[in-house]
Amino acid sequence: MHTTSIPTAFDVTAVRSDFPILDREVHGKPLVYLDNAATAQKPQAVIDAVSHFYAHENANIHRGVHTLSVEATQRYDAARARIAQAIGAPEAREVIFVRGATEAINLVAQCFLKDQLAPGDEILVTQMEHHANIVPWQLVAREKGATVRAAPISDAGEIDLAAYESALNKRTRMVAFGHISNVLGTINPVAEMVRLAKARGIPILIDGAQAVPHGPVNVAALECDFYTFSGHKVFGPDGIGVLYGKADLLNAMPPYQGGGDMIERVRIDESTYRSIPERFEAGTPNISAALGLAAAFDYLESVGWEAIHTQEQAVLQAAMSGLHDMKGVTVYGPQAPRAAVVSFALQGVHPHDIGTFLDQDGVAIRVGHHCAQPLMDRLGVPATTRASFAFYNTAEEVEVFLRSLKKVQGFFS
Amino acid sequence: MDDLNDLYQDIILSHNKRPKNEGILEPCDCQAEGYNPLCGDRITVYVRQNESLLEKVQFLGEGCAISRASASMMTSQVVGLDQEAAEAKIAEVVALLLQEEEPEVDLAVHGDLAALLGVRKFPARIKCATLAWHALGAALRGEGKHEA
Ligand SMILES: Cc1ncc(COP(=O)(O)O)c(C=O)c1O
Repeated sequence: MHTTSIPTAFDVTAVRSDFPILDREVHGKPLVYLDNAATAQKPQAVIDAVSHFYAHENANIHRGVHTLSVEATQRYDAARARIAQAIGAPEAREVIFVRGATEAINLVAQCFLKDQLAPGDEILVTQMEHHANIVPWQLVAREKGATVRAAPISDAGEIDLAAYESALNKRTRMVAFGHISNVLGTINPVAEMVRLAKARGIPILIDGAQAVPHGPVNVAALECDFYTFSGHKVFGPDGIGVLYGKADLLNAMPPYQGGGDMIERVRIDESTYRSIPERFEAGTPNISAALGLAAAFDYLESVGWEAIHTQEQAVLQAAMSGLHDMKGVTVYGPQAPRAAVVSFALQGVHPHDIGTFLDQDGVAIRVGHHCAQPLMDRLGVPATTRASFAFYNTAEEVEVFLRSLKKVQGFFS
Repeated sequence: MDDLNDLYQDIILSHNKRPKNEGILEPCDCQAEGYNPLCGDRITVYVRQNESLLEKVQFLGEGCAISRASASMMTSQVVGLDQEAAEAKIAEVVALLLQEEEPEVDLAVHGDLAALLGVRKFPARIKCATLAWHALGAALRGEGKHEA
């Protein structure tokens, strides 16, 4: 297996060499990848973990007595335990492998919430949610005559805690909010939001898709009932993600899908189901991706969360101050603290046009509504331009980005 | 930069800055909203007909330079056509933008539209250029909506 030697002091050049794609050129220019909130690039260690499985270990799990199958099963279970440890889940079985954050939230909506919903009940989200943390709730709400409400955010893009608290009421059956906003970079006061909901006995789901890539998360300390994230945003493979849930809640829930692996005993008229985690993992899972995700956590921890945070914040600050110095730029979201994500508008230039210009300079950013249309409505814009950073980004890359942006501005003025 | 200059020619930039026939058309005989769910852009196209001919076409909406310029050009290119000819024109423009082989451009025939063809090198942007045209088609067919 590939081993990376990580220097003690943070060396961004060394870290960049762990990511083969960062050597790529786009339109003859070095790639400047600032679309990390959409998906993160993969270190060689993750690529190796996936290909090593296929080259040397591939077999189905939980099925055979032959050596490969036994080994694959052990590796898959070990990946679950590794990930549970990384996110502070008290027990490995509380980590359910799913396709991603989207599937995790749908699973909770369908299997945990739906049966509890009655007409007139409410589900509380916030105005800054990703569609993945809105639409799954709408699906069950519509079926049961319940409604989805959104706690408002301030002009600075922060949750209005007083309004959030007063939106919690006797009809609230579920509270679901993002840990970090994929558009604004806002770090929500999750501890306080959990406390307020728990005080009223309301179950809580935290969408951690944008939080897990930026720092250590401890789901037990957060005291939430469910926590979700996607592997591909954490420098791991796509097609894998995690639903963390408290064991007693998960074990009381009906299955999400039926099939192999999730059953205890099948008769033609009725079946009984296994307990967690297998209950929620019907069929052959994405074994290689689970191993890849565990390798991603190994890699991140070897780089070190402190170093990751410091580098990301340095790059973010460089971008924020560069944007601040440009005329006609509006930056959305809080000044600080914020995760390494910045959405902005450039007066007189549509985000799409910015995106095309920057791409010609090799700079990959995201333009559009970022799957957060209620937030766009709140900001009063159809779309924004977003740069999102990872610890492999550099101050020089921020310079390229800002220079390119100035070129766009000059062109359209 | 050459491809970019092809995409953002002066004609496109000036249509974007000072579009022709921008605004709600009242009264009008039909209208439709073109919506691109990928980016959230919306353009509404309004049509006033005189007998069977398109007498006036206007548009209003949020969009990038390409979609605004395309809408602006369209509003003058289809006036005076009957419904059938307008539908044929829409099909022609969409084909020019999408067809595999490099289209023959005749400035005398295509006018400003020729400038729009720079978008062919930017696959991610072709829907921006076709949005208003599809919306016009939807309006003429009484569909009220087009989703890119
Ligand atoms: C905050 C947030 N939640 C959920 C998702 C959905 O993740 P996935 O598409 O991997 O399921 C995303 C992805 O952009 C996100 O940013």
